[in-house]
Amino acid sequence: MEVVEKLKRLGEEICTQIERGEYPFLDLPSRTTNNIVYDPERGRFTLGEAKIRRSTSNLKHLRSFTQTVWVAWIAKRLVEEGKTATLRDIYYLAESYKVKFKDQQESDSIVADLEALLGVPREKLGIFPEERATVYGDLTIRYNMPGYEEHTLKLTASPDGVAIGPALTNATFEDCGAEKVVMVESGGMFTRLIEEKAHEKFKAILIHTAGQAPRSARQFAYRLNRELNLPVYIFTDGDPWGAHIAMVVISGSANAAHIDDVAIPGARWIGILPADIEEYRLPSEKFNEKDWKRLGELTADPRYQSPFWREQLRKFEETGRKAEQQALSAHGLSYVTEKYLPEKIS
Amino acid sequence: MQAIFEEISVSDFFYRNRELAGFSSPSRATYMVIREVLENSLDACEEAGVLPNVKVSLSTVEGKVYRLTVKDNGFGVPVEEVPYAFGKFLYGSKFRLKQSRGVFGLGGAMALLYGQVTSGMPARVAVSDGGDIFEFKLRIDVERNEPLVEGRKRRKNVNGWHGTFVEMFFKGDYPKAEGKIIQYLQQTVIASPHAEVEFIDPAGRQRVFGRSVEEAPSPPVEVLPHPHGLDVEMLRRLVRRHGSKSLLSFMVKSFQRVGLATAKRFLEEAGFSPYQPVSSLSDRDILDLLDAMRNYKFPPPDAKCLSPIGRDALEAAIRKMFDPDFLYVCQRPPSVYRGHPFIVEVAVAYGCKNVEAGNGVSLYRFANKIPLVYDAYSDVSMKVVKRFNWSSYVSRPAAIAVFTHICSTRVPFKTAGKECVADPPEVEREIEMGLRECCRRLKTFLTGKIEVEEHGRRMKAYRRYLPEIARLAAELAGRDKPPSVADLIEEGGAWR
Repeated sequence: MEVVEKLKRLGEEICTQIERGEYPFLDLPSRTTNNIVYDPERGRFTLGEAKIRRSTSNLKHLRSFTQTVWVAWIAKRLVEEGKTATLRDIYYLAESYKVKFKDQQESDSIVADLEALLGVPREKLGIFPEERATVYGDLTIRYNMPGYEEHTLKLTASPDGVAIGPALTNATFEDCGAEKVVMVESGGMFTRLIEEKAHEKFKAILIHTAGQAPRSARQFAYRLNRELNLPVYIFTDGDPWGAHIAMVVISGSANAAHIDDVAIPGARWIGILPADIEEYRLPSEKFNEKDWKRLGELTADPRYQSPFWREQLRKFEETGRKAEQQALSAHGLSYVTEKYLPEKIS
Repeated sequence: MQAIFEEISVSDFFYRNRELAGFSSPSRATYMVIREVLENSLDACEEAGVLPNVKVSLSTVEGKVYRLTVKDNGFGVPVEEVPYAFGKFLYGSKFRLKQSRGVFGLGGAMALLYGQVTSGMPARVAVSDGGDIFEFKLRIDVERNEPLVEGRKRRKNVNGWHGTFVEMFFKGDYPKAEGKIIQYLQQTVIASPHAEVEFIDPAGRQRVFGRSVEEAPSPPVEVLPHPHGLDVEMLRRLVRRHGSKSLLSFMVKSFQRVGLATAKRFLEEAGFSPYQPVSSLSDRDILDLLDAMRNYKFPPPDAKCLSPIGRDALEAAIRKMFDPDFLYVCQRPPSVYRGHPFIVEVAVAYGCKNVEAGNGVSLYRFANKIPLVYDAYSDVSMKVVKRFNWSSYVSRPAAIAVFTHICSTRVPFKTAGKECVADPPEVEREIEMGLRECCRRLKTFLTGKIEVEEHGRRMKAYRRYLPEIARLAAELAGRDKPPSVADLIEEGGAWR
């Protein structure tokens, strides 16, 4: 169903409740941890059956109910007018209306409520996060933004990459010479790969995730995977944090269990794997306390139960050592494109 | 070495032990002098059944010597009584009882004595019942406890004034006592809501403490003592006074609540012959008689000799001064301790303006219509207030004022300074019961208030959010007009 239609129905439902003399209410899928379940079949988290009734008959819910309806209202306007707003915009926009948020955490949470209620990711509602990933590669897109309808752009236009903002997220793919997608954790490595012409050598579209990949970057990689059939590789630091960047791309985020979050089950973590540290004789560091703690958390995470992942975590535990992507430069600047990646991406 | 024994008079005794009467320091003495003379005036007005207008004026003569004048609008004491009323200790009938402010008969005389010994100057007392004004210059012969009249004048009364005027000089310390004196005067018009007191301090500032009711309370009635309220000395004096009478007639005539039948039954049970003359009683017999009286169950003492402030008057006075959100005044039924009847009045005011303590419980104590401003911490009311379980009545801190008034023919003061009431169990219990009753009313009030607040809060929230929800939902649905939420607002506010 069209997003606008869903929003309209929501409004209609509330009006009807009021006309029946009822205090309007919404049944929101519960987003608490007790209601987040891992679905091994689909390899991702989903919400259970639990619902929370947000009802105006309860004085304590009155404010959050109004906020939810307001976010729906502003989303409908955004979508209809082809505009977008960041999560921070939403927080500030409310200032000029009767429903204020006490902080952005509150408005972010209401946006997530609406996502869960409609089963629609916020990007479809015209609401985007602040953080931007960038993309570089042999792909030409056509914008769908009002005023940019006929504009096309080849994503090699800037050696710094092109930001994956709302415009790019909703753009149409026109022409693609690439055969794969490589998501890269660090900015240094992203620049290195561009300089070493990895995009040509491997026919790859490079996406810089800047740490944990924002949903827009995952959404973009997902589209490339789905629409253009490009395999996705994830290239991170060799530590538990890097492993988890890959995992969220593959299985989706637990924080987004309430929507049909983007998950790319076929994506592969290519490194730096714990075994690579010895194999490629990379300069490495010992795990610190935080690393050990994170490794423990991952071990308990249901997403890490496949043989491949269990092996990776076991190896980390055995060595207790980590290496950054840049450690590959110990063997020369071109080592990553000459030796490492060719062996990883076959 | 030979010890020298000498007899000292009552006045001499108090002169040597003036701290017993509360004249322990210059500042305390300043307060006491004003208090004693003012209370005499209020008693005089009450007896005369007039609304008191008392003008108190204090000025500096030189150094620490002050001149005090107090002028009231009563009818004065009979001219021939004046020297004794002011110049002799423990003057007055001790064989009859009624409630008055100055209980010990020390009051005016003690003030005069203190003034005389510290300033060396005689006091001037003028009285008039509306006719000629009689003016006396008075000293006290301390050793003999007798008044010394140094001068006497009779003047024409040109403007028809009636009442008593006292002028005296004493050494004191007003600046140190000022706080307590002002407190005392403010509270005096709470305890005597029908009185107006005007005070001019040494700096020439005039303060008027106005009345809040226009009706004088009915004056207390004199009664005979109750057989349970006696000690050996009193009984002995009564016996001496009624020497010629038979024991039966003595019992009936000397005591309240003792009729012929009661007296007969009592005397028989006690093993005395009803018809033996009182004069035949030996000292031993008097002790036995007292014992028997204490053990016999006489009807409880008569409370008509008591004059409580009254619920309406007390309420008016407290409202005028504190403007509370809630006030309840409780007057307990008459009760008895050691043969003395007493009545306790308790008031609780919630949400007071003008209290110093801010949020918390302030205690205002009164006894026989006089405010007690010193020694609060050893007072029975403080004891009750402190151990009282406030949290079961009041959930939020607030400015609360508690007023306790005990009136009795004999208030159980701890000292002759009359600042602090002792704690006979009967008195303590009555105060506690009164406080509980007031607080039960307070709790009912607060519960109601919370309900009203809650209702208001709900209404406000619904009024703010529901129309907004309807408007947004209508726009979402693409409707022209939002559905009406008037009923939901109305209903929502009423919910619990």
